[in-house]
Amino acid sequence: MDMNEIKEIFFQECEEQLAELESGLLKLNDGDRDPETVNAVFRAVHSIKGGAGAFGLDDLVSFAHVFETTLDCVRSNKLEPNQDVLKVMLKSADVLADLTNAARDGGGVDEARSKQLIRELEALANGEMPAASEAPAAKPAPAPQAAAPAPAAPAVNDEGFQPIPFSFDDFGGEEKPVEPYAPTCEILFHPKRELYAKGNEAALLLRDLSRIGEMSIRCDMDSLPLLQDMNPEEAYFSWKISITTEKGEDGVRSVFEFAEWDCDLEVRTVEEDHEPEAGDDELPMQPVPFDLSILDDADTDVPAEADEAPAPVKQTAVAESNVVPIAASPRAEAPKSEARVAPAAQQAAAAASPAASAASAAAAAPTIRVDLDRVDRLINLVGELVINQAMLSQSVIENDNNGVSSINMGLEELQQLTREIQDSVMAIRAQPVKPVFQRMSRIVREIADVTGKSVRLITEGENTEVDKTVIDKLAEPLTHMIRNAVDHGLEAPEKREALGKNPEGTVRLTAKHRSGRIVIELADDGGGINREKVRQKAIDNDLIAADANLSDEEIDNLIFHAGFSTADKISDISGRGVGMDVVKRSIQALGGRITISSKPGQGSVFTMSLPLTLAVLDGMVVTVAGQTLVVPLTAIVETLQPEASAIHSFGASQRLISIRNSFCPLVDVGRILNFRATQANPVDGVALLVESEGGGQRALMVDAIQGQRQVVIKSLEANYTHVPGIAAATILGDGRVALILDVDAVVAASRGQSLKQEISLAATG
Amino acid sequence: MTYAAKSLTQGRELIAFRIGDQEFCVNIMSVREIRGWTPATPMPHAPPYVLGVINLRGAVLPIIDMSMRLGMKPAEPTVRHVIIVAQVGPKTVGLLVDAVSDILTVTDDNVQPTPDIANEMAKNYARGILAIEGRMICMIELEALFPHVESEAA
Repeated sequence: MDMNEIKEIFFQECEEQLAELESGLLKLNDGDRDPETVNAVFRAVHSIKGGAGAFGLDDLVSFAHVFETTLDCVRSNKLEPNQDVLKVMLKSADVLADLTNAARDGGGVDEARSKQLIRELEALANGEMPAASEAPAAKPAPAPQAAAPAPAAPAVNDEGFQPIPFSFDDFGGEEKPVEPYAPTCEILFHPKRELYAKGNEAALLLRDLSRIGEMSIRCDMDSLPLLQDMNPEEAYFSWKISITTEKGEDGVRSVFEFAEWDCDLEVRTVEEDHEPEAGDDELPMQPVPFDLSILDDADTDVPAEADEAPAPVKQTAVAESNVVPIAASPRAEAPKSEARVAPAAQQAAAAASPAASAASAAAAAPTIRVDLDRVDRLINLVGELVINQAMLSQSVIENDNNGVSSINMGLEELQQLTREIQDSVMAIRAQPVKPVFQRMSRIVREIADVTGKSVRLITEGENTEVDKTVIDKLAEPLTHMIRNAVDHGLEAPEKREALGKNPEGTVRLTAKHRSGRIVIELADDGGGINREKVRQKAIDNDLIAADANLSDEEIDNLIFHAGFSTADKISDISGRGVGMDVVKRSIQALGGRITISSKPGQGSVFTMSLPLTLAVLDGMVVTVAGQTLVVPLTAIVETLQPEASAIHSFGASQRLISIRNSFCPLVDVGRILNFRATQANPVDGVALLVESEGGGQRALMVDAIQGQRQVVIKSLEANYTHVPGIAAATILGDGRVALILDVDAVVAASRGQSLKQEISLAATG
Repeated sequence: MTYAAKSLTQGRELIAFRIGDQEFCVNIMSVREIRGWTPATPMPHAPPYVLGVINLRGAVLPIIDMSMRLGMKPAEPTVRHVIIVAQVGPKTVGLLVDAVSDILTVTDDNVQPTPDIANEMAKNYARGILAIEGRMICMIELEALFPHVESEAA
């Protein structure tokens, strides 16, 4: 694995971390004050910083560092994560994402923006409220009161942290007063097995702790079972530590910064001259000053007083347990105190190594990264399997007259298995819509900024799963729609207030599964569609006649027309009039539909219904002029058997069919596709009532309906070329290729926009 | 000596096939497989020489009537016809021919120039004529038959 591959993995992880970061911040924004959420956010930024440091991505590191520092203030309750603070943080998350992308793909970022945010973040960390964030960067951090010796901010200098040189304790009345002397902390540290499983090491933590002050330590081995009951992966020890450090409680906590999720940690500050709690009498040892430096190979000097410690009774037991000696093994002449520490360390080491693999497998979400191509290849192969299985079944049925053979039974089982395999394989590609929804929240923020509106995006059902290709193609139309909703849909804050609405507008994005499709709803609580304005605009643009009689619904649907925009002024964001028709086309390209419902003064709701996958399609298999065609089920409204009395000629060649007293043009699919030269007699066939892009209905004439089937979509373009009137191809049970009808194109052709009469293989490109 | 060395280094393998009473050949490197004729699904609005598409292990493969493409009479496919599956640029196409006759190894010396006659095939697709054991075999350039492939790649 070369460096680039590792880097690629890092960027993939960054994406996940960024998503985690954003969702955490949004949760906080919604009032969630769960410390775990704050921790998750902190971890995300920290991981990015750590990885970026390893690859020397300095811009990323320095930004993440400032961000992290500010988050740390939130984590330690020094900074209240209110709306203003979170606004800055969400913007910072955006910049962090930009920086990550820039680091991956090259290219620049908006440096002024990131600098500005760094200033704002620093200001926040320095206890200023965002209102003051306009202060120039050069402005020095407010000097702490000189009187207070200021326990410095957490200073784990492991990755080049820059401790902030003043105390947060000076701000906010609720903080306890700073003690003018180095406080003594009582620490109860009980690691859980996860701590070792994640490669942390209790002994190293204790050594770090010993570096920040003078301490005494006592190991509590009460829970250590007998040898035969001992689980090598379990953590049995806990430690009571008494430390006097000028870094105070925060300094102590920062030592355990990366372990605190995996251990029980109690830290409290006691009066300086307060004696550490007397140990339990049954404990075979007394607290002794403890120098963890003995764990270092280089340093074998052992404090003399350690010799005085009584030999622990359990030492022999542990020694006999033949625990793997740790690297920093005690020397032969090692005094007893060292031996006492060693078992603890050994225990830790022993627990850590075998547990690491097992526990991490159980703890971490069991996911693997797989190249999308591999999944697609698998899906293709399974598609083949399904077709082959169908072919096999068909030929067995043809050759087996009595029908009750063991072959038939085996075939049935095979059929079930292949179906299950197909479902499982399809599920691999299914992904939650969450990433797309999260991107939308960024877009909402940006547009809200530009338009000066205050917008709240509420997302629901973001774990709804849908095929990855659908997700990928969903982002663009959704972006357009969100922009429209904020720019056109929501009123300006003053206007909202005047209307008695919450000045903060709400945009609600919802995803849910409904009858085998995914339904995505985008609702705003803005002014709704101004139908008078839309109507006028449509008349001005010659889309409708001035005296046209349109229903409210029809007027609403006018906004999907190309070149239609009602915005008074053309803005950067929307208003070029390419928005909604592009949206509609992209949704339709995905095999979906979009509808709108709007209530004046209350807002609009756009509802998109999309297929769960683009790889398979529910279709009606029909026969046209001896050829088998598949008509997408989504387009079909109803099927009917025309009667001669319902067919009416209209002009030279057109015919209409009357369906419940309304007349609908009849379209002969065989004629349109050039499969036959003359029009078939409608009475001999079946009519499929379809609804198409223009909203108009057409009755498609086919010869017969074979049935309804889920078909695997095959590209025609891969080896051939696009064919007008044909959306794609599929392979039927008999192994032959059947064409999937492009209903919209056929209907458009029937309106006179003829399909290209003849395309030549050579002429297309 | 020179000749032998040349034939070793520049020898090309061609696959020869028969359409009616004429023989043609294409570079063997572009041929993926040879299979029997199966009925094709006709494509609407297709040029007449495109017989339709068939299922080649899950891929949709267009079938070209080589006889018609080369300006001769349309083929009437039977089970005895074969399909040469060939790679042309990024696409795979099936070429319907009467039969595959031979695999030839030739050098440039064996190739005679196409005669200068008023014939679409000679002008556009033929890249030379081979005389092998008294037979005349016309060398076809597949890329020239499907020029769209090149324009797409460009």
